[in-house]
Amino acid sequence: MSAAVGEDLLAADAGGGRDQLRARQRRATAVSWVFLAAVVFAVVVLLVLLVAVAYRGVPSLSWSLLSSKASRNAESAGLQTALFGTLWVISLTAIIALPVGIGAAIYLEEYAPRNWWTRALQTNIANLAGVPSVVYGLLGLGIFANFFGFGRSIITGALTMALLILPVIIIASQEAIRAVPLSLRQGAYALGATPWQVSRHHVLPVAMPGILTGTILALSRAIGETAPLLVAGAAAYLTYNPDSLTDGFTALPIQIYNWTDRPQQEFKDLAAAGIIILLVVLIGMNAGAIYLRHRFSKKTRW
Amino acid sequence: MATDVRTLGTNATSGALATTARNSAPKSERSSERIVELEAVNVFYGAFHAVKDVTFDVPKNRITALIGPSGCGKSTVIRCINRMNDLVPGARVEGRINYHGVDICSAKVDPVEVRRRIGMVFQKPNPFPKSIYDNVAWGAKINGIKGDMNALVERCLRQAALWDEVKDKLKESGLALSGGQQQRLCIARTLAINPDVILMDEPASALDPISTLKIEDLMRELQRQYTIVIVTHNMQQAARVSDQTVFFSLNEQRQGVLVEASPTRELFTNPRDQRTEDYITGRFG
Ligand SMILES: Nc1ncnc2c1ncn2[C@@H]1O[C@H](COP(=O)(O)OP(=O)(O)OP(=O)(O)O)[C@@H](O)[C@H]1O
Ligand SMILES: [Mg+2]
Repeated sequence: MSAAVGEDLLAADAGGGRDQLRARQRRATAVSWVFLAAVVFAVVVLLVLLVAVAYRGVPSLSWSLLSSKASRNAESAGLQTALFGTLWVISLTAIIALPVGIGAAIYLEEYAPRNWWTRALQTNIANLAGVPSVVYGLLGLGIFANFFGFGRSIITGALTMALLILPVIIIASQEAIRAVPLSLRQGAYALGATPWQVSRHHVLPVAMPGILTGTILALSRAIGETAPLLVAGAAAYLTYNPDSLTDGFTALPIQIYNWTDRPQQEFKDLAAAGIIILLVVLIGMNAGAIYLRHRFSKKTRW
Repeated sequence: MATDVRTLGTNATSGALATTARNSAPKSERSSERIVELEAVNVFYGAFHAVKDVTFDVPKNRITALIGPSGCGKSTVIRCINRMNDLVPGARVEGRINYHGVDICSAKVDPVEVRRRIGMVFQKPNPFPKSIYDNVAWGAKINGIKGDMNALVERCLRQAALWDEVKDKLKESGLALSGGQQQRLCIARTLAINPDVILMDEPASALDPISTLKIEDLMRELQRQYTIVIVTHNMQQAARVSDQTVFFSLNEQRQGVLVEASPTRELFTNPRDQRTEDYITGRFG
């Protein structure tokens, strides 16, 4: 019996089957080349950008860039104000958006009844994730700056940013929560746990690495956003550091944009240096996220 | 060794629980007191009527086995007894399930309180991704059980016949154990909340014969203190361990129905229903 099957295989190999196999292998190879080309293209473009930025920016990097405030004079211009503004806004955004986003995700996944209303809510969240950021800026201007009277301040910027990234955080957190095996929840419920105990002790610890990844991606996007901040009230030119929530502020991307707009070459180089600083802040945030991820995944003992 | 008494709900009938102390009867003179009574239980998954008019009693300190062909609703029925069907979207349970005289199907009863008294072990071992120690201690902690946690963990692991195998690695992950050990860990974790009734849905189906025998021995051991309901596909197992056997089957509309509930010896030697006889002699279908 098995011998016959073996002969069949050989026969297929000897006949048209072998050609077919060759054709399939060729197709597979061709496809893998296309994918490789796509990856190489993306990486090369990124590298070219980075090298160009480094080439122009590194010479202008100095401590005075970090320690000086904005100025009309390229030699004495720095981005301390913008750096502080960005750090303030992004930390505050995280503080606001993270608990709200995770809370919403837990509610939607663990508590909400599976009915029409929940589905409508879900669809809306997905749609909100696709709304252009300028629209959030207008919303922030209307609601936080004017209606609540926060004016053109850090808190307005942070609340606007939080709104902007909330849908992304909620969706990413939901994905992470949904990936937690149902059997884990059942085991916990069967011991008489309340929904909150199940979420707090079992679902969240397991989902946390995934939630953090989603959140940090969202925050990384937010840190580079210019439009909503400008619309909602960031200043384009500011010479004092913010030191309270209701102070005016500016942010790194705004400062960078502002510099690239100047005719002088020195300012364009300063802008490149600013981009490097922005990248460093980003990488720092990502490193923090990786560290947190690592700490959380160590708590779960698979 | 009377159980601490908590109330199941705010309704007046839950007082009945307060007067019932567990484990009061020594094994020799076990009464045939009924601890759970199912009355005309119907279960629907959406529009699908999965289980129809099931009525049977679970005697205290006995092992009740639920048997029947695949899809006849054994898991569905056992999940009703500790309100686990609440977690299934679209599932609806009708009828009465009296536990110490309280209808635990009632919306007034908190399912969390039910599950604290009626624990469950699942078909697939599902330890928490935590240490062996925490697997056992967690349920006790969230249920506010105070006292010497180390002693409690040791006692439960010993009761589940697992202590000797894990005593040197309590800090290791529960998932690093073998399947049979994981299942005994899940049993230990259920014992730690000191339940009244333990439900087991095919607890040995993923295990080798030796682990299976260990779990069966364990059940007979636990029977002194606990009431056990077990779902099994293994008729020898039902015959070996149980005192009462409940046989389910499918009717023409493919709904699960109860065919016969009898003392195990009687059901296997002298079945009352033709369908039971066909099933236990392997002439099913
Ligand atoms: N979550 C669910 N949603 C919809 N239908 C379900 C669900 N769970 C079970 N059912 C249906 O209910 C019926 C009974 O299922 P159940 O799992 O209780 O059978 P069972 O007797 O435990 O079978 P098995 O011996 O194979 O485990 C089946 O027809 C099944 O398809
Ligand atoms: Mg089943």
